[in-house]
Amino acid sequence: MKEFDPGLAAASIISVTDQVRRLALGMPITSVNFLGDSAAFVGAEAEVALVSAGGEIARVAVHSGGILCAAGDGGRIVMGGDDGKVVALNAKSEVALIAIDPKRRWIDNVALHPDGTVAWSAGKTAFIRSAKGEEKSFPVPSTVGGLAFAPKGLRLAVAHYNGVTLWFPNMTANPEFLEWAGSHLGVAFSPDNRFLVTTMHEPALHGWRLADSRHMRMTGYPGRVRSISWSAGGKALATSGADSVILWPFAGKDGPMGKQPAMLAPLQARVTAVACHPKLDIVVSGYGDGTILMVRLEDGAEILVRRNGQAAVAGLAWNARGTRLAFAAEDGEAGLLDV
Amino acid sequence: MPELTSSKIPVTVLTGYLGAGKTTLLNRILSEHHGKKYAVIVNEFGEIGIDNDLIIGADEEVFEMNNGCVCCTVRGDLVRILDGLMKRKGKFDAIIVETTGLADPAPVAQTFFVDEDVQKHARLDAVVTVADAKWLSDRLKDAPEAKNQIAFADVIVLNKTDLVSKAELAEVEARIRGINPYAKLHRTERCQVALSDVLDRGAFDLERILELEPEFLDTGDGHDHDHDHHHGHDHHHDHGHSHGGLKHYHDEEMQSLSLRAEKPIDVEKFMPWLQNLMASEGQKILRSKGIIAFGDDDERYVFQGVHMMLEGDHQRPWKADEPRHSRLVFIGRELPEQLIREGFERCITA
Repeated sequence: MKEFDPGLAAASIISVTDQVRRLALGMPITSVNFLGDSAAFVGAEAEVALVSAGGEIARVAVHSGGILCAAGDGGRIVMGGDDGKVVALNAKSEVALIAIDPKRRWIDNVALHPDGTVAWSAGKTAFIRSAKGEEKSFPVPSTVGGLAFAPKGLRLAVAHYNGVTLWFPNMTANPEFLEWAGSHLGVAFSPDNRFLVTTMHEPALHGWRLADSRHMRMTGYPGRVRSISWSAGGKALATSGADSVILWPFAGKDGPMGKQPAMLAPLQARVTAVACHPKLDIVVSGYGDGTILMVRLEDGAEILVRRNGQAAVAGLAWNARGTRLAFAAEDGEAGLLDV
Repeated sequence: MPELTSSKIPVTVLTGYLGAGKTTLLNRILSEHHGKKYAVIVNEFGEIGIDNDLIIGADEEVFEMNNGCVCCTVRGDLVRILDGLMKRKGKFDAIIVETTGLADPAPVAQTFFVDEDVQKHARLDAVVTVADAKWLSDRLKDAPEAKNQIAFADVIVLNKTDLVSKAELAEVEARIRGINPYAKLHRTERCQVALSDVLDRGAFDLERILELEPEFLDTGDGHDHDHDHHHGHDHHHDHGHSHGGLKHYHDEEMQSLSLRAEKPIDVEKFMPWLQNLMASEGQKILRSKGIIAFGDDDERYVFQGVHMMLEGDHQRPWKADEPRHSRLVFIGRELPEQLIREGFERCITA
């Protein structure tokens, strides 16, 4: 029992593999974003491959070493590198330098705020730089694992060992500390600003209801959760880390507390990336064996986007309108699908 | 499909008490013409400059895994750094992690046992401890970290041997052997050691567990080369007596224990015994290794562990002329010798 039988799968589910525009990017890819209608494939090192709506590929140099983190808002992608630089790339292929760490430390995390503020971290310090160019820094007790801006107000969640600190850069108020033992590597607010979720070093998520800091433990994964995505409207959180998409319900006032997650699109391969459609209740999931499936949240109905037997899926992204899907595997094989 | 061991990047952990010569050894490794490129991970407050393209500052952040086991600690910063380094795979051949003089090597080693992403791309090659011939004996008395580093080592570079007399050298070697008789020991001045003696050792590679015999140095001439004599005795009981001109010390706190059996081992009894032993005594046991001959099994079973973390597998068929004997070694702090011996003896088939 190694892989699911492609013959069987082809017979039983709808396939759109023949509608995918295939791209050979020729460089290892770690994440995928959109800049307008151009797909931006962030390389492991040095470059971003920008693919226009028409399919032309342009490689843009952004860092002089490894690209350690990236965050996009549709208008630009902000990246941090092992060259100590924070840079931004827009759809016109313009690269802007946002900051250089004075000690050239690695930039481990970046986050983007809708008002143009950028956050990044190096070691145990989180930094923000407002659209006007004003810079502030904030030290936390241990290395920053992840950064996320709250959807409302200027509030930055800084994940680190044993919890998350909520920093309000423009207020004199004391930062809030949400404690939970262990190493927190990624962090995200729910789109309605009611919940905060972290991905942990161990195969688990942790969450807090922000109104009362009530804990939510989300465990049972066989592997570490590296990719999470909120469904349209924040009703559910889709996650990687298991042999199916684990979908936690967040519609009720208690979030997933006391509820079972849905398990969609099971395969005999680990889910490596998930991306929910921005408007419809659909998630696209990528697997360690290269498979990509489009899955309807309501009933788990699947459409095959990419076959198995290829390099692991490294990144998936929808454009803002939800009309185009971009994906990339670790080895640089990528594709675009118009839906 | 399991990845081949050889495709994983080897990681050498370089430990040693303050001032023993870690940085000297590191610079020797980097400056020698071996045609290899190293990524070097150093602690943020390194002593002196290191000349290398790919050098990363670490924070030595140790955290407990959330599995209720207090000795199950890993280096979080290492997880992060290795993850970042793998984006530049192909730019270097091996990784060297230098720890601070006060560091416990266990969390570094355990990171390679518990983190699946680290395991996918990198393998722990060996723990190399640099020791100062002049001051180690004193440090073993007053610095528990120094003792830990000796106990944990696969390779010990006993440095600054030119600063001590023959008698002092014999003394410090005997103290090292009292704690860890299994590490390869090299006497050096200014860390002049062949790189093949410290790199690519495969000390954590189950395939390369060949024999588990104590290492003894010939003390005859005091020259700078090794004679690795493999004596067939067990030395765990020796208390400060003389053997071939080499004094033996029994460290009150840190010891090694070796067990052997000539009769086959009952797999049904052995596996639960070993698991339980590690669960209950794993905090005391720093390192463990074993070659096991199970009854009705034509293959050698090997295992190795760091504290509570164990890995084991069938290694290869027993050779026709090879005695099917089992051998286990433990290095640890205040080892419950009686308990371990009796437990093991119950696993031997009658």
